Amino acid sequence: MANRREFIRISSLGLGGMALAGGSLSLVKGSEVIESLFQSQLSDRQRQRVPTYCEICFWKCAGWVYFNEDGKIKKIEGNDNDLNCNGRLCPRGTGGVGMYYDPDRLKTPLIRTEERGRQTFREASWDEALSYIAEKMQKIAREHGPECVALFTHGSGGKYFGDLLKATGSTNIAAPSFAQCRGPREVAFIYTFGESIDSPENTDIRDTRCLVLIGSHIGENMHNGQVQEMSDAIDRGATIITVDPRYSTAASKSKYWLPIKPATDIALLLAWIHVIIFEELYDRDYVERYTVGFEQLKEHVRNKTPEWAYGITTIKPHIIRETAREMGNASPAVIVHPGRHVTWYGDDTQRSRSIAILNALLGSWGRRGGFYRNANYELPSFPHPEFPEPKRTWREAFPGKYNLATTVLANGVCDATIPSADRSCNFKGWIVCGTNLIETLPNQKNTIEAIQNLELLAVIDTMPMEITGWADVVLPECTYLERYDSIRTGQARLPQIALRMPASEPLYDSKPSWWIAKELAKKLGLQAYFDYDTIEDLLDWQLRQIGSSLEEMQRIGVKTFERDADDLYFADGEAIEFNTSSGKIELYSPDFEAEGFDPLPNYTPHEEPPEGFYRLNYGRGPAHTFSRTANNANLTDIMEENSLWVNPKVASQWGIRNDQYVWLRNQDDITSKFPIKVRVTERIRWDSVYMVHGFGHDQKRLTRCYGKGASDTELISRVLVDPIMGGTGMRGNFVTFVLEDPAAIAADT
Amino acid sequence: MRYAMAVDTRKCVGCSDCVVACQTENNVPIGYCRDWVVEVVDGTFPQLEIEIRSERCNHCENAPCVRCCPTGASHYSDGGTVLVNSRKCIGCGACIASCPYDARYPHPDGYPDKCTFCLTNRVQKGLKPACVAVCPTKCLYFGDLEDPNSDVSRVLKVRKWKTLIPEAGTKPHLYFLI
Repeated sequence: MANRREFIRISSLGLGGMALAGGSLSLVKGSEVIESLFQSQLSDRQRQRVPTYCEICFWKCAGWVYFNEDGKIKKIEGNDNDLNCNGRLCPRGTGGVGMYYDPDRLKTPLIRTEERGRQTFREASWDEALSYIAEKMQKIAREHGPECVALFTHGSGGKYFGDLLKATGSTNIAAPSFAQCRGPREVAFIYTFGESIDSPENTDIRDTRCLVLIGSHIGENMHNGQVQEMSDAIDRGATIITVDPRYSTAASKSKYWLPIKPATDIALLLAWIHVIIFEELYDRDYVERYTVGFEQLKEHVRNKTPEWAYGITTIKPHIIRETAREMGNASPAVIVHPGRHVTWYGDDTQRSRSIAILNALLGSWGRRGGFYRNANYELPSFPHPEFPEPKRTWREAFPGKYNLATTVLANGVCDATIPSADRSCNFKGWIVCGTNLIETLPNQKNTIEAIQNLELLAVIDTMPMEITGWADVVLPECTYLERYDSIRTGQARLPQIALRMPASEPLYDSKPSWWIAKELAKKLGLQAYFDYDTIEDLLDWQLRQIGSSLEEMQRIGVKTFERDADDLYFADGEAIEFNTSSGKIELYSPDFEAEGFDPLPNYTPHEEPPEGFYRLNYGRGPAHTFSRTANNANLTDIMEENSLWVNPKVASQWGIRNDQYVWLRNQDDITSKFPIKVRVTERIRWDSVYMVHGFGHDQKRLTRCYGKGASDTELISRVLVDPIMGGTGMRGNFVTFVLEDPAAIAADT
Repeated sequence: MRYAMAVDTRKCVGCSDCVVACQTENNVPIGYCRDWVVEVVDGTFPQLEIEIRSERCNHCENAPCVRCCPTGASHYSDGGTVLVNSRKCIGCGACIASCPYDARYPHPDGYPDKCTFCLTNRVQKGLKPACVAVCPTKCLYFGDLEDPNSDVSRVLKVRKWKTLIPEAGTKPHLYFLI
């Protein structure tokens, strides 16, 4: 293919001299000059601190940015009134300054060009870059329809591009946070309780008497409020039960650690349900009052005894019984945690359903110490013309499939970008904002093949992540510390809003997403949808509708409201109408049945690793978010590379020493680009290995993290798709060790 | 007044937030730290235990670093806090060598640096040290041991605790709740 995209390693040649060589005026100005100007615009109060909410992860904790004597950003601390963080940011939020100061940041718009047969980026002005994107978008709209452009987004900036896309007539707005992360649990809880979990989770951990974690590694995932409340629960003597093939940090805080054989969780859950029903440990009144399908469930699990599960899970029957009794004794102040990243084996919605059913039996939904009822707060939208009705959506690419998916599948859009004769529309343009799709979507070969078929790939990011190397146009977004964004709303125990305002003028020639989207809208003749001069006008208008103002929010950062009613938990005997087909909690799901899926969850065996191979498990480290923080100096100081956890028995079989670097090869013969340091540890089973996600970057411009550690994503080539909602199960990949440098071996032969 | 800190090893998840907060609060250069996290794994699969400790200078009552400092740069300050006066320091490195806890690092500007309990920049302004204020698990307790109502006095009264290398005779004031 003549114009096949090459991955451009944004090189030091292209960008290194930019601070001097850049064409636009703002590049010539030193950042210090800009900052001192900015400081002079701030009031005395704001020169002390300005409010923000964090963008390093999705928890969006509210905080304050403080300055040095010379007006430069010094540190970020949590806002005491924020319900998400209670004044305490996590290491990533505290280290947010490292994102702002990162010398490797994207600094100016870039356009792909060809020089002497080699593809490279050239620096461009904003006007030129946005015109380029607008022309491509219009061409795609003309030739294929506007709905052939899709948006992939993670984080705050995506809202504005979402509005832009809707204005063009496309609703194909995908967030990997659904089908690559928490989608299965949302669908499972919707079809059990009539509500999704969403974020932050409504788990009442601080008041629980028993917390059950199934592969959920709170403490290694720094979901701030959850970590804080788990600590409170430890103080209050709550029982923690952790199910994990790895002795996680949470497992080390637990009364019970169940080192389950990977991929057998549903068997354990069914056995727990069996014990809770047949030992009559369930909340009888709650089950009678609120649920349907109990008798069918009871019949369904009649034979699912702990002895049955023992052979599958390797968890001893008496431990299954004891832990079930712990849950029963704590009921209803018990949480079988729904987890967050739950796309594991392709039957994840059914596993999440088992979890939902267990919670229903224990009467924990809507109860103190179980799941509280969210208070939500929404702001009125700024007036704009109605969005046009899209002519087609992504769903038409998958007739009859994934009907229960509640949002766009990122992997679905990716798949439907690869041309196929049986589809009327293939995606032709992607706008990617704040998500490094190469490290986000499994099966990289598929992702890259899709990209090769695009007429437009525009990437908005703060850092030269791998996805930027495939882009036609790269737009440098300023960091969250340099911009306003939408007011943070959402769910919590109390309704609350939070403001993010700039603590600095954008460094280099970077811009906030709201500005980029609005300017792009102008080029597309869609400015009516962004009918405000600046985002301050928009935010102030919104805030005034609810009796606040931008000025007030600049002063206080977060504002908390009263709940409409005193209904954090169900009242005794309260009549509740659940948002399900029957109006009850559905233990048995007629909706699943109608779609051709098991109305009650079943355990099905999964493939096991062949001889000499080990299941590849992955998770989070507390100092990093996905792959996006891997280059942050404050956070690489804490963790600069991932390591591979290997059981000592396995290590001795292979003669692998602690701290030795090895390469990994998976079942599809894909070898990791970079070696990974082995951590020989008793903390993991012998049938699996484990690494923290987000390392092994091969974009050289990420100078701190280039080549550090290995990427789990590149080894996840086999995807176990959940037939119910299209989630991409990613824990069905097996790896073996390669002890010699594969590049050297290849050179020899 | 006798400042001390207690670390609840049962709550600490080892996230190193204390390290990052100290770094930004105290302008600790990238690549260095005044506090750090130690994780000790004990046992064999599946009978395992982990102790996680956020460690830093022990602000010893009988501090070898103060005793061996030839210029008085290392000294006791308010509440027994051990501080370094970088202007008096000749960079001999004796204090770094003498510390049984390895709590000091050579700052690139040519003097030893270490935890100050955030004495002048926070504690004397009525704030808690940066690591204590930021900790998401609230596993760090700080205060005056001579005040029976301080956070640290109260928690040491009700919990079992230990200190590190007590046999060195340094009388450390960093306590680990076990």
